[in-house]
Amino acid sequence: MARVELKQVKKSYGSVEVIKGIDLDIQHGEFCVFVGPSGCGKSTLLRMISGLEPISDGDVAIDNEVVNDIAAADRGLAMVFQSYALYPHMSVRQNLSFGLENIGTSKAEIAEKIGQVSKMLQIDMLLDRKPKDLSGGQRQRVAIGRAVVREPRVFLFDEPLSNLDAELRVDMRGEITALHRRLGNTMIYVTHDQVEAMTMADKIAVLRLGELEQFGRPLDLYNRPRNIFVAGFIGSPKMNFIKGTVAEGGASITFDTGETMALPQSGFDYQPGQKVTLGIRPNHVSLVEGGSVSMSVKSVEQLGGESYIYGALKDGTLLTVHLSGQISAEIGEVLTIEGDADEVHLFDTESGLSLRHD
Amino acid sequence: MLALQRKLGVNRLAWAFLLPNLILFGLFAFLPVILNVFYAMTGGDNVLLADRPDVGARNFVTLLDCENYLDVNSCREDKFWRAVWNTVRFVILQVGFMVGFALLTAIILNRDIRARGFFRSVFFFPVLLSPVVVALIWKWILQREGVLNAFLDWTGAGGINWLVDAQWAFGWSVFISVWAHMGFYTLILLAGLQAIPRDVYEAALMDRANAWRTFRRITLPLLAPTMLVVLILALIKGVQTFDEVYAFTGGGPGTATTFIIQYIYEEGFAGAPRLFGLAAAASLLVAGVLVVLTLIQLRISRNNVDG
Amino acid sequence: MARVLSFLTATRGKGRLHWTDWVSYAYLIFGIFLMFGPVVWLVLSSFKSANELDRFPPRFLPYAQETVEVDGFDDPLLAFTVVDGELEGEIVGQTRRAAGRAEVIVPSNPDERFRLTVDQIEPIERVAFATENYSQLFERFNFLKFFWNSTFITVTATLLMLLVNSMAAFALSKYEFRGRTSVLLIVIGTLMIPQTVVLVPLFLIVTELGMFNSLWGVIIPGAATPTGVFLLRQYMITIPDEILDAARMDKASEWKIFWRIIIPLSAPAIAVLAILAIMWRWNDFLWPLIVLTRTENFTLQLALNSFQGELQTDWPSLLAMTVLTLLPIAAVFMFLQKYIATGIASTGGK
Repeated sequence: MARVELKQVKKSYGSVEVIKGIDLDIQHGEFCVFVGPSGCGKSTLLRMISGLEPISDGDVAIDNEVVNDIAAADRGLAMVFQSYALYPHMSVRQNLSFGLENIGTSKAEIAEKIGQVSKMLQIDMLLDRKPKDLSGGQRQRVAIGRAVVREPRVFLFDEPLSNLDAELRVDMRGEITALHRRLGNTMIYVTHDQVEAMTMADKIAVLRLGELEQFGRPLDLYNRPRNIFVAGFIGSPKMNFIKGTVAEGGASITFDTGETMALPQSGFDYQPGQKVTLGIRPNHVSLVEGGSVSMSVKSVEQLGGESYIYGALKDGTLLTVHLSGQISAEIGEVLTIEGDADEVHLFDTESGLSLRHD
Repeated sequence: MLALQRKLGVNRLAWAFLLPNLILFGLFAFLPVILNVFYAMTGGDNVLLADRPDVGARNFVTLLDCENYLDVNSCREDKFWRAVWNTVRFVILQVGFMVGFALLTAIILNRDIRARGFFRSVFFFPVLLSPVVVALIWKWILQREGVLNAFLDWTGAGGINWLVDAQWAFGWSVFISVWAHMGFYTLILLAGLQAIPRDVYEAALMDRANAWRTFRRITLPLLAPTMLVVLILALIKGVQTFDEVYAFTGGGPGTATTFIIQYIYEEGFAGAPRLFGLAAAASLLVAGVLVVLTLIQLRISRNNVDG
Repeated sequence: MARVLSFLTATRGKGRLHWTDWVSYAYLIFGIFLMFGPVVWLVLSSFKSANELDRFPPRFLPYAQETVEVDGFDDPLLAFTVVDGELEGEIVGQTRRAAGRAEVIVPSNPDERFRLTVDQIEPIERVAFATENYSQLFERFNFLKFFWNSTFITVTATLLMLLVNSMAAFALSKYEFRGRTSVLLIVIGTLMIPQTVVLVPLFLIVTELGMFNSLWGVIIPGAATPTGVFLLRQYMITIPDEILDAARMDKASEWKIFWRIIIPLSAPAIAVLAILAIMWRWNDFLWPLIVLTRTENFTLQLALNSFQGELQTDWPSLLAMTVLTLLPIAAVFMFLQKYIATGIASTGGK
């Protein structure tokens, strides 16, 4: 069992508060991803869980035991670093054994564990090499191996794939997920890449400016974002946002361009005259002759199987349309579009919060 | 160590790592600076401070009592002022020649020449020689029946008893000191020259600047910070010149090559009675000069020190 | 020869030597002569016999006179060629010389003595290295003792300095703690006050600690150098913190991190500092001159300096001793000159 709980965890440097009171409950065996733009505090939060960064206020508990004052080494965690942080002067074997030696594991046991782990991660042929003689992917495996061999309660990953090229990143993503399935440990993974978060996570914690914006399953975040930030951050290409006002009677929205569109009648709470922002994902927008909203085409990307049109509304609001198949559209051409009313999201413009009720 | 780590916490453990260094610094660098003031204010020839009578500023008065500072014979402690003026003369000549030749050598080494590494070592290697060895090497060459006089005899110029003549002894002291230390400054200046980006020169070439203008308008200004550091460093070291000249001439003939550090050494340690107070007072005056020079240097190279 | 030619004609690849190239090479060749010449002269001189050293004008190579074995004489006789008179062209052995006249003997006719004037004969000489200059250092002086003193001081002081300074550099580069800035300022402050201006109080402290006339009195006061701390700190800052964090997660104690991670990773900087320290210590003069006053404690530098006063006329021993004193440094330089150059450039001197 390894449950990780954060209770009102705070971190400040002098008078600057970088983590502003975060509550999280990560269950045993969950693969939890911290995601957010750079500077959101996700790495700091991870380092606070690891014990490498002291906590200014609040509690971190592992298996119901508060570990605030327990040194990093004694928390039973292992971490994979962004730069891998392999010991450059030690061979792969020594890199793997260093931690085990420190806790007094017998030589035979060390050899056995290294044998197992290196085979599992396919680094058994590299054991006598130095880190500088390894490729990026191999270093990554060694870094993971160093964590695995310690048999920690919880694995911490700090943007481990950000130094790899795109193709390798996809491969390693799959391998880490497979590793999680095989070991069944709790894992906490930090990334700024929402695709990584969506593909790997059991639960995602979206962070911004030291605050937790939303915590939940990937598709919940995608389908029911709690605010404009999460809605815009999760999903690629980004969700479109169009500002407007709820019309008299509440059946439709009048956009700032003057155009109108029907609103869903259930699932949202809004008042006539309320300033709202309508969110709609690019794939829920379609080109319709005589549609309610007009858009001038700025650029077109034809990928063969699918196409993207980037355009602007009359008031300059940028809009992306994602269509399957190939289309013919000229730059500067004015198209009319229609949104799928069942797929829209509504947010209060002022607070940014979703108007969806559960 | 682990128990200590538990007790102190990781960051305060830093003090444990610092401790040996701080003790040594404190005992052999800090404490002496403070004690020096007490020595300078006391007299007698006892080394223990408790046995030394308080004389106030009398040591300084002795040192600084002079009718005309330019005429050493009018000074009470004329030996001190001889050493001071010798040092001033020495430093000006030595630093001037040394930095000049170091710059020339660095510029030549920075050209597209073959075997640059070899030539760099050639100019650098005397830096490694000990002062006493340097002194003996040149003493052997310059002695009455030495190889230089043999050469002069051969040309018909006739030999000179170099180290017996005050002017020549001084001149050769400057020479051997330049010979021994020039390579060090050459190395720093060469590094400075090599740090000037190549494309600046290429741009100058495109602007049709000739070699001399390129040197005057590009190389010199861009090298200026390094030059300044070299100059100050050379001054700091020049003021402290002792070893090689002491082994070379013993300060003589007479006091022709006695410099300020030798004065301090002789007053405090070599003579009888041992005038620690006078030596400490003179040290303080030298320290004052060095602190000013070092502050200037730190200001110039602050970026390097901040790391 | 072709290589020499291509070396001399090397320019910016255009083939033709500009006049500035000629001046440059002339300067550099003169530099070789001026910088190496004196040392070469010293080494050659150190192999000359006392007679040869007295000779004026001196000759470039060390020579020794040939001898001849003559029946009836236990020792070989000095060999001469006769250049004038009835024996002209003969090789003779000299049996006696006095007042401008020499008594010689023709080896084939050992019974007959001839008396010749000195300018009638010319010594027969060959290049020979007088190694006895060196061997008598060990016989007549306590050379090994001085050598040992210098070596002991150099090795111990270097090791101590490396340990103490790297510990401090580690603390100052890898920990955030209260007072770090103050400590750094203190270190910078001590840069300003060189040993040369605190000789008197330093002497008191060393005496009070019972280290006067002890090698430790030379070793310990210089063990904490600001230059060393700075050089190492500069390097340690470049070691990524994540490696330290990884080691902490691996349950390594801070001491273990220092010893197993930081020290091996700082090896290049430590090597540079070690070379500098060896150089400083081996060549140190003023402070040993004050602390070590008994002959049996002398370092090589002190011994050299004191013997040049005492043995004004004993140039053979003095020259040999000088060569042996510069030899270790020359060896260090030959093998490690690349490190030395970068080291000097990176510290900007002491």
